[in-house]
Formats: sequence, C-alpha cells, structure tokens
Amino acid sequence: MPSNALKPPKTSKIPNIFRNQIFIPIAALLILAVFNLIADPTFFRITLDQNSNGDPVLNGYIITVIDYGSELAILALGMTLVTAASGGQDISVGAGIAIAGSVLLRVLCGADSRSAELQAPIIVGFLASCLVAMIFGAFNGSLVAFFKIQPMVATLILFTAGRSIAAWINHNELPIVSDETFSYFGNYIPGIPVPTPFFIAVACFIIMWALLKFTTLGLYVQSVGINEKTSRLNGLNPELIKLLTYVILGVCVAIAGFIKVSRLSTINYSVIAKDIEMDAILAVALGGNALSGGKFSMGSSILGAYVIQFLTTTLYKFDVKSDALPAYKAVVVILLVIMSAPAVREKLSRLAKKLHPAKAAAENS
Amino acid sequence: MKVKKILAAAISMAMCAGMFAGCGDTGSGGSGGDKDGNGGAARADGELIKVGIINNDPNESGYRTANDKDLKATFSKENGFDASFSYSLKNDEQITAAQKFIQDDVDYLLLSAADTAGWDSVLKDAQDAGVKVILFDRTIDADPSLYEASIVSDMAKEGQTAVDWLKGQGLDKYEVIHIQGVMGSAAQKGRSQALTDTAASDGWTIVTEQTAEWNAEKAQQIVQSVIDSGKTFNVIYAENDDMAKGAVAALDKANISHGVGKDVVVMGFDCNKWALEELKAGNWNYDGQCNPFQSSYIKDIIDKLEAGETISEKTIIMDEKGFDAATITQEDVDSYGI
Repeated sequence: MPSNALKPPKTSKIPNIFRNQIFIPIAALLILAVFNLIADPTFFRITLDQNSNGDPVLNGYIITVIDYGSELAILALGMTLVTAASGGQDISVGAGIAIAGSVLLRVLCGADSRSAELQAPIIVGFLASCLVAMIFGAFNGSLVAFFKIQPMVATLILFTAGRSIAAWINHNELPIVSDETFSYFGNYIPGIPVPTPFFIAVACFIIMWALLKFTTLGLYVQSVGINEKTSRLNGLNPELIKLLTYVILGVCVAIAGFIKVSRLSTINYSVIAKDIEMDAILAVALGGNALSGGKFSMGSSILGAYVIQFLTTTLYKFDVKSDALPAYKAVVVILLVIMSAPAVREKLSRLAKKLHPAKAAAENS
Repeated sequence: MKVKKILAAAISMAMCAGMFAGCGDTGSGGSGGDKDGNGGAARADGELIKVGIINNDPNESGYRTANDKDLKATFSKENGFDASFSYSLKNDEQITAAQKFIQDDVDYLLLSAADTAGWDSVLKDAQDAGVKVILFDRTIDADPSLYEASIVSDMAKEGQTAVDWLKGQGLDKYEVIHIQGVMGSAAQKGRSQALTDTAASDGWTIVTEQTAEWNAEKAQQIVQSVIDSGKTFNVIYAENDDMAKGAVAALDKANISHGVGKDVVVMGFDCNKWALEELKAGNWNYDGQCNPFQSSYIKDIIDKLEAGETISEKTIIMDEKGFDAATITQEDVDSYGI
C-alpha cells in the first residue's frame, strides 16, 4: 500500500481510506481480529473477576493486550519523534528502561535493597528516574545532532553499556519494593477494574496530542526530518530539535520503566524490557511512518504498538514457542519493508492506474 | 568533508580504545571480606598465589552476583591470593582474557566458560606455560588432561530432585505449566529433562511448555495466556525464581490461590533470598538450589595442589538441596539464600 509520505491525501478529491497512513495498522489489526474470531471467538471474551486482594479486575485476552501493549505504545510516541527528526532509531530504549528502573528503585529503597518502607515518595523516585533518563536521552541526542553519528551507532553505546550501568547504580543488588501502593501503577488500583498502565498510556497520548496540537513541535520535527538544510535556512535549529526528540524519548523511557518495575515491584537488569527496542521500532514502521524520517503519524504508531501486542498475545494463545516470536515479527517487518520499497510502490501505483485509469488521470492533473 | 573524516577516525579510534579497555577490564579483587581469614593457602615464603579468574558478567543473574562475591571473598590478599578478574559473556573475549592471564604468568586459571567449545588451544598454551586450570560452574568440551578439576552443578540432578519432590506430594492430578529458561542452556536442559521424562512415564499433563528466557515478565504473560484460555492447571514448574515470581503475579491477578495447601503448587530454582522468604511465608512450595559457592571447593583443590598432592577426582559435583515450604527454617533462608 503506497503511503502518503510522498503525496498527502489532500491532493485527492475523493477521500480514500487506502491512501491514509493509518490504514496499515488498521488492516493488520483487522486481519488479526478476523483470524482470532474464526479460530476461537472466546479470544474476545472479557470477564469481571476479583483478584486475590478481593478487588474487581477485568480479565481476558483483549485486556491483556491493552495492559501489556501500553509500555510499548508509550515508547512508540518518543520513537516516532526520534525517527521523524533524525531519520534513525534509538536502539537503547531497553537498556534505558533498565537504567530508569534502577534509579527509581535506588531512590525508593535507599541503600538497603530490602527495606520494608519507602525511603522516598514514589513521585520523587519517578522524577529522579525521569531526570536520569532525560540525561541519557540528551547524551544520545547530542551524539546524533552535534556529532552527526548514525542514530543506531550512537545509541549502540548505551545499548551495550546500559544494563551494566543499571546494575552498577544498585551495586548489583536486586531491590524489592514491599510497599503495596507502588504495585498499583503496573497492575490495578483497588476498585478500578481496568489495568493502570492503560490509563498512564492514555494520559501520555493526551499530553503528546496537546504538544503536537498547540505547539509547533510536530511541524519543526517534520521539516527537520524532510530537509535539514532547508529548515536551517528557514530559521530552525535542527540540532536542538533532534536533541529535543531524544530527550522526549527519554521521558517516555522513564514512564515505561516505571510501569515495568511496578508490575513485579522488582527489577532484573539483564532481562527487563529485553528486545523492546525492536518492538518499538516495529510499532513505528507498522504505523506506516518512513523509517528514514520526515512526516509522521502519531496515532498510527500507537495503533501499531497495540497491534504488535495483539500479535504477541495471539501467538501465546496458540502456544507458539515464545522464542519463535521474533521470527513472526520478522515476517511482518519484511512485508512492511518490501511494501514501502520505492520499486514495489511504483509497481503498485502503476497497477492502480491500470485498474482505475480515469481516477488516476484526475489525480495527476 | 575533511573534518568529518578526521572526526570519524577519532571516534573509531576512541571506540577501539574503549573495546580494549573493556577486554582487559581486570580489577584486583582484594576488597572482599575475610570469609576464611586463616591465610592457609599462602606459600611459606609469603609470596601470594597469582590467580586469574574468568567469569561471566556478574549482572547476568543473582546467581552470578553471589558467585562473584564468593570468589572475591575467598581469593583475597588476606587469604594469600593475588586475584585478577575478567568478565565476559562472550567466548572469544574470554579466550583473549585467558591468553592475557597466561602471559601474565598466573599460577592458576579459574574458568567459567561462556561456551563449551573452542578452548583446546588456549588450554594447551596454559599447560605449556605451567598454568594450572580449574573449571567452575560450567564444563567445556576439551580433553580432561588439560585441566586439573572441574567443579560443577548437576542440573539434571537438580531437576530430578525437584520432580521427585513433586511426585512425593501425591496430588490427585498433575496439570503442569512448564516455564523454561533460555533454550539450550545447561540449566534449562537439565531441569526440563527430568520433568519431561516423569510427565511421560507417569502420565502427567503438561498444560503448556514455553520458554520465558529467565524473564519474569514473559513468564507472567505465558501464565496469563493459560488463565485467559480457561485451561485448568495445578502446578507451576518454573526453571528459576524470577519466572516463578512472574507466574505468581499472574495467579494473584486472577485470584488463583497458590502455595502450601492451596490450589496451585509453585516451584522455582536458584534459592534467591526473597524466593526462600516466599517459601517460608507459604506462598510457594518448593525451591531447588543451584549452588554458586564453588570457591571453597576451588580453594581446597589449590591447597592440595600447593601441598603437592594429586587430585583423585576430576569432576566434583557440589551438594545441592531442595527446600520444601513445609520444612524450611529461617536459618535455611539466611545461609542458603543468595
């Protein structure tokens, strides 16, 4: 499906769903949903039960999707901006989550990794982890913006070193938070049957939407991504904007790390958020955004993230070996890359012209 | 363009330098506690015994952290050792470190190999240089004449002990969720084999058998998926503590009771301290030990070799226990928790 990166849909007088970027993730979602509906309709069953504390919780595969997909969707927000501005991806988000989570636990538990009480309010821990994640984001961003290093290469540094840094922050200890309220953020708030990560994700979407709607961030990011030189000539500072996107990604990393750590009230540096960078990049790609930068659609990326979790949950349901999951995701990536290749796109548009010669003529004129 | 080229060259040089610094990352391990404190291994002339220790990254797991701490405490200056450490999860980096230690004329080379293959030539070099090699934690595919001893855990036995315990519980039915470690690792193979065999011979149902790659969160998703599907189960056999913890989180969410005398039997491995506390609280049922404390065994061997004795048995299998929630004591938690 040709994306609208080259031709915005406004050029066409007939509103065409197929030309819209969000079509790709919606199509993927529909395919998965129909597949599940045919294979086993109970996939969509949602039940209201109680958890072991006696609080009401919703259960079912769909709830699992919106629960576990939330961290990914939050990461996809930042990753979309980074991709659009710098034309590359940050592969250190998994390691960044380990660092942010480690800082959070360090502040909350203090020096004693098994302290019975919180040593600091949760918000303080969270803000500290945000700050650290922003600093690491700024480090990545400045390598990319000022030193003009390929984003993947620049972030490779933290990708390699991040988990060791995370372990070092807590002196190789694995702290456990025993305070009940801390686990609310990754699980359920008593009395509310919808998983908290979903609320956190929605809050992030709203903030991001407001940021794009009421500031010029979106416009600047796109113009830097499309042509750095022209944006400089137009008075923008491309370096600063790139740096800013990495810092924003840092905040997203800290939020995702917060949820991840809260889920189990502990951390394991070597495996927390393992391979999540690939999923986050895939979410951006599945959202139909060009991985080479430029125009982006935030909504498509968010949907892309949930589609990936939908796929993961579906595969788990059918008892697919979990170490084979990356192979299935790889198939999706291959399909996306092939579809967005210029050669294939040209062929497709030629095919479309043959099928609808009149419409094509109207569009070209 | 020129500036770019110079910058690129500078960065690549910096990165290379960083890599070398990473490879040769050897710290002196004298800061550990004086666990033994007797200094028995020191030579008569007061000269320190030089040991080169090649280990996996201590951040890998709680097991490795405990293992590294134990080694550092034992091979301290107070005990008469001059120890250098090198950490890597990659075989080729470990081999490079081994070559460096041989050049540095260490007396003993202690090795926990990342991979079983590729060690013949470097161990031959060690033998020629008169460096005695002792393997710990992991075995390698090399001629046994190339090393003095190998101190290992018997993962198959750990699995068998756990499965025998489970069998001894005499449950009405066995519907097991089997959560595996990283496929192909020695721990996964040994611990899985015992369950797979017994399930086949005793007609146990394996509800699902999935690898969570030692990852708590993946384990949580796997168990969540089984719960969502409505299948029944009454045993969770997780091949390490982290994964058992993840599984339990999913159970809690679905209000499925677990632990001593409850609906679901929870089993883990590795004996992390927090896991043993869960056991003691009755939330889990069983935890199998994977002994990370090889250093006393290694020290015995070095003492013997220094005294001129010969080592009768090449492969030494460490004692490992399995803890039952019904019988565990606070003392067990304190002394065996890692």
